[in-house]
Amino acid sequence: MEKRELTCINCPMGCRITVTMEGPDIIAVEGNTCKRGFVYACNEVKSPVRTVTTTIKVTGGASDRVSCKTKDPVPKDKIFEVMEAINKASCKAPVAIGDVLIEDCAGTGIPVVATKAVGTA
Amino acid sequence: MKAEIVIVGGGPAGLAAAISAAKEDNNLNILILERDSELGGILNQCIHNGFGLHTFNEELTGPEYAARFEAQLDDLGIHYMLDTMVLDVASSVVTAVNSKEGVFTVECGAIVLCMGCRERPRGALNIPGLRPAGVFTAGTAQRLVNIEGYMPGKEVVILGSGDIGLIMARRMTLEGAKVKAVCELMTYSGGLKRNIVQCLDDFDIPLLLSHTVVDIKGKERVTSVVIAEVDERSKPIPGTEQEITCDTLLLSCGLIPENELSRSAGVKINPATNGPVVNESFETSIPGVFACGNVLHVHDLVDYVSEESGRAGRSAARFVKASKAEESPVINIKNGNGVRYTVPSFVRVNELEDDLVIRFRSGNVYKDNYISVLFDGETKLHRRKPIITPGEMEQVILKKADLANAPSEILIEITEI
Repeated sequence: MEKRELTCINCPMGCRITVTMEGPDIIAVEGNTCKRGFVYACNEVKSPVRTVTTTIKVTGGASDRVSCKTKDPVPKDKIFEVMEAINKASCKAPVAIGDVLIEDCAGTGIPVVATKAVGTA
Repeated sequence: MKAEIVIVGGGPAGLAAAISAAKEDNNLNILILERDSELGGILNQCIHNGFGLHTFNEELTGPEYAARFEAQLDDLGIHYMLDTMVLDVASSVVTAVNSKEGVFTVECGAIVLCMGCRERPRGALNIPGLRPAGVFTAGTAQRLVNIEGYMPGKEVVILGSGDIGLIMARRMTLEGAKVKAVCELMTYSGGLKRNIVQCLDDFDIPLLLSHTVVDIKGKERVTSVVIAEVDERSKPIPGTEQEITCDTLLLSCGLIPENELSRSAGVKINPATNGPVVNESFETSIPGVFACGNVLHVHDLVDYVSEESGRAGRSAARFVKASKAEESPVINIKNGNGVRYTVPSFVRVNELEDDLVIRFRSGNVYKDNYISVLFDGETKLHRRKPIITPGEMEQVILKKADLANAPSEILIEITEI
C-alpha cells in the first residue's frame, strides 16, 4: 500500500488529501471536504497533466520570441522533455495565434501552438 | 485634439472600458492613450494560462485574452495612440506627449483612468545588505524571460509568495534555473492555491512561511542571501538565520495602484486600496472621471477587471450623453468586522444597473465563517463561507429590486459561527 499526499486546487481551502493506493487501484481518498476534491485527487494520482506555456524563437519577426502553449495538457512527467523540444525549435514570422509551431511535441502526440501574433520585421 | 472619452492606459481595463463605451454608443469618439508600443498591458508578459474562465468559459493565456479584446476594439473602430505618455489629467483635458506630436492636449467629455499598478521595489522594503546586480522584481524578471528572451539568473531565491512570484518560480524552473526557496513574511501565502500547487509543489520548491530576507551579499552580483524566521510581529528571530547561495533574488512583495495622475488631478484616494474612492458607476470624486482595473484596487482575476471596466466604460458613455446628473438617494457601504475595503464605497440608487456587485478583501484568514450584509442594521444576507483569505477577492451581488427601499447604509462583515 502506498499513501500519496495532495493539496486540492479547486478552492482556497486547499484541503490536504491522502490517497491510499494498492498498485494502480485507489483504495481510499481521505481529507477532502467536497466531491470536487475527490475527483481532483483521483485524476491527480492516476494521470496528472499540465498545460506547458513558454516561448519559442522567431526568425524574421518584429519580436525575437513568441509565446506558445501545448494545445492540450501533457503528462506531468513529460514537462521537461516538452520544454527541451520547444527550446530547440524555432519558427518564421509572420505567426498568428493558434498556428501550429510543432506538430507532435516530444512524442506526446500534442502540438505546440502560438498564443500571440508576431508580424514580420 | 478632441475626443468625447479619453482612456488613460490600454491594458485589460482600458480595452474593456473602451469597448463597452463604444457598445453603449458607437457614435462616440473614444481615444485610448497607451505608453507602451503595443496594447494589452501586463497581459503581454503573462504567457501562462488560466485567464478568461469567467469571461469566455475557457482557459486562455494572457496574450490570447488581450487579443480577444483587441479584435473587438478593431471591429468597433476605436482609436488609440501607442508610445504616448499621459502627463496630466484635469476634469476635461488630458495632456500627453509622444515623439511625433510632442506635447499635446486632448479636450474631452469624460476620462477613464486605467493606469494599472506597479510592483513594490527593493527600495520600499528596507532589506539590509549590499547593492549588487541580481535583485529584480518578479514582474521585471517575467518581462525579461517572456518578452525579451533573457534569463535573469541561474540560482534563485524569491521573497514574497504573491501570484507573480509563484508563477516566476515555475517559469525560471522550466527554463533551467534552480529556485531554492520562496520566503513569505506572513503565516499564509497571498497567492492562489492553484499556483502554490502547480508552481511550487509540482517542482518541489519549498515555501517557507514566516520567513524573510535579512541580508543580501555580493559585491558585483548577488552571491547569497540570508533568510530568517520571523515572530508574530514580523521581527526576525535571532538564531534562525540561514545563508542560501544564489545569484538572483526576485521580489514579489505586493502591488501598488499607480495613482500619480489621479492624485495630481485631485481625485480622492481610499487609503485602504491606494486607489480612488468610487461609486456604483466607477466614477471618482471628480464628476466625469472614472477609474477601473488595478489602478482602482489590485485584482487577482483579470475577468473581474474586464467586468468592472465594462461598467466604467458604459458609465463614461452615459455621462457624456446626459446633460446633468439626476439627484439620487445615496447608500453608503461600510466595512464591518474583517472587511478591509469595499468597491464601490457608495451607490446612487437611481444609477444602479440590475445587479450591484460589491467586491472586497478580508484582512485575515477566516475558516468556517459567514459573510453578512446588513441594511441599516438588519441582516439581509448571511452566507456561509468555508474559507475567506486576503489573497482571494470576495463579492456579494445585490439586486436593484432589493435596494428599492434605499437603506442609508449597507454594512458588510465577516461573522463567526
